[in-house]
Amino acid sequence: MKYDILFAGVGGQGVLSMAAIIGRAAIAHGLQAKQSEVHGMAQRGGAVQAHLRLSDRTIASDLIGHGMAELILSLEPLEGLRYLEYLSPRGALVTAAEAFANIPDYPELGTLHARVRALPRGVLVEAERLASEAGDAQMVNTVMVGAASAFLPMDAVHLEAAVRENFARKGEGVVGLNLAAFRAGRAAASGLEPAAPSRP
Amino acid sequence: MPQRILLGDEAVALGAVHAGITAAYGYPGTPSTEILEYLQSYRESHNGPIASWCANEKTAYEAALGTCFAGRRALVTMKHVGLNVAADAFINSALVHTHGGLVLAVADDPGMHSSQNEQDSRWYADLARVPCLEPATQQEAYDMTREAFELSERFGVPVVLRLVTRLCHSRTAITVGPAREPNPIRRASNRNSWILLPANARRQWRELLARQPDIARWSDASPWNTLHRNEHRTDLGVITTGIARNYLRENLDGLGWLPSHLHVGAYPAPPHLLRELCAHVQRVLVLEDGQPFIERQLRGLFPPSVQVMGRMSGEVPETGELTPDIVRMALKLELRPAMKLDGLVLPNRPPQLCQGCPHTHAYHALQAALVGYDEPMVTADIGCYTLGALAPLQTIESCVCMGASIGMARGAAEAGVHPVVAVIGDSTFVHSGITALADAAAANADMTLLILDNATVGMTGAQDTVLPQSRLTDVIRALGVSEAQCVVVDAHPRKVHENATVLRRAIEHHGLSVVIARRECKVAAKRRQRAAASEAAASAPATNAAQEVAS
Repeated sequence: MKYDILFAGVGGQGVLSMAAIIGRAAIAHGLQAKQSEVHGMAQRGGAVQAHLRLSDRTIASDLIGHGMAELILSLEPLEGLRYLEYLSPRGALVTAAEAFANIPDYPELGTLHARVRALPRGVLVEAERLASEAGDAQMVNTVMVGAASAFLPMDAVHLEAAVRENFARKGEGVVGLNLAAFRAGRAAASGLEPAAPSRP
Repeated sequence: MPQRILLGDEAVALGAVHAGITAAYGYPGTPSTEILEYLQSYRESHNGPIASWCANEKTAYEAALGTCFAGRRALVTMKHVGLNVAADAFINSALVHTHGGLVLAVADDPGMHSSQNEQDSRWYADLARVPCLEPATQQEAYDMTREAFELSERFGVPVVLRLVTRLCHSRTAITVGPAREPNPIRRASNRNSWILLPANARRQWRELLARQPDIARWSDASPWNTLHRNEHRTDLGVITTGIARNYLRENLDGLGWLPSHLHVGAYPAPPHLLRELCAHVQRVLVLEDGQPFIERQLRGLFPPSVQVMGRMSGEVPETGELTPDIVRMALKLELRPAMKLDGLVLPNRPPQLCQGCPHTHAYHALQAALVGYDEPMVTADIGCYTLGALAPLQTIESCVCMGASIGMARGAAEAGVHPVVAVIGDSTFVHSGITALADAAAANADMTLLILDNATVGMTGAQDTVLPQSRLTDVIRALGVSEAQCVVVDAHPRKVHENATVLRRAIEHHGLSVVIARRECKVAAKRRQRAAASEAAASAPATNAAQEVAS
């Protein structure tokens, strides 16, 4: 078994914390993991990616190659599409629907959404709305981990445990909110495959 | 054996702790920063070795050398371009007889993700004639760090641990071993071996060269250098160094057979193993994440006996980092099928200053101060504020090396340009700007220095600076800048106009002037507030903590 995930977003959005939660759950599930991260200059509001490789055997490369990713999980539609050439033809792109437009030439959002919907397995999640409804708009990345859980080769209970551990030091209240965000994301992405947006 | 999930950088740090270091010194620089950050948090939780940021890489190296002079083990960390700054200390330290282990962990940045060049530190190890280890995995990063200290004491030289971005910043499970006790203090038995007067230096240099055959024999026998011979096929051999081996393995399925393969993790490159491989095959592909270090040695000046393929002949791109796909193409394999973004061109999203960053306000003031001048020149330096080169600010015109803004401004002013403004951050100023300001003050160069003082090392993630903010003006005054020409302003968004007036006055002053635009980095401020909050939570009644553990 081998499962490669590419995480995408903008520096400061929480790309690495999504990867950390899923990596933690995968290890609890008994898988080997390698997680390659971007640190340094790009973290200042630029395009950020992280690679998480999961396998039941030794993993050689820290980086995912062209066409190898089973899943691209993105906090932002432009960034999700940016790495499409890494996606296997049978892979899924799961992205937050809302734009992070900190550049002057940000494309028309409808065009980006249409591109995601046109993929064999493209899923748009209204993550900001779901995060707000779950109690805190900051929890977009937890919503997206929940959305990814509909695709990941591991039990949701491992993922929920990883969410719990990830936020444990912030107290039980924060853990509860994030579990609600996780479940909202999971519900939004479940049954949407293939290619149904969460927006009517 | 216990397992830990660690970044490559963290594996180096823990390897050094378990090798019994008593101190680690460094200067922040991507992708090396997390080594010392890990050691600093380890020190807090385990009462571990000293872990200290220094003014620059050279002072860090010298502190580590001093630890080793006392007979104890020390680690020094930096990024590749930092080794240029520390090169004087590094290369000369190869001549003294280091009896306490000294390991230089230097992180290269092939592809220049966060750097101004992609120089390869293996050349430096070769120049200094010292061994170098290059891990391919995070486990090797841990194991090699431990071994590097043994080698340093065995051969009496500093040992280089060469890391690359993708190894430093990738996280996986590693198995760690038992910790070794630190060395006791032990002074050098032959003090003359540490006094590099010419007579001693000539002897030490001969002795270092005399050790080279032993070092080469060690390399040929090292388990980090492995040769697999395919006895059935001789049409292709592959040499990999460091993480290139991972990319080869990733593509072996596609290749369908296992070519003869020499992997090099220990340098100097093993001479016998290289000759054995090259005698066995007709063509050899060299895969290195960095510059063509081994490839160039194989090619030499005369036609080699085998066909050598790599960066110098175009099978691998001449610049940039290796990837699994570049190695795949070098092996003449088709790329795997993938999704495509036909017809849609996506805009780039370059990094930018944070919302509300004080540097932005300082740049707005500088822009206003320069209005009306035909050809103002703004030299700048290395840090977050280098992003002032990009739209929409586009205020600065140079970024070369740490501290260069000040020396270049002096040179340009003396060449006849006016006005000339040098822009530098507080940490970069202490790193390499002070000496250049001493020159400019001695010459009373007709230039203005704008120091963006945000009280942190921002770009690398807000590390503490060596010089407290309160002492910055004292240092500048002591270099010969008059009180009237050393002005501090607050880089507040509402003070842009006021600060522009101050800057304009400084620019109009005939001679050297300094303006310090002061305001704390937002990232550092947030981190400080968070730390204070968690400290307050920690001192709350114990029952709360118990409840949290139980839940």
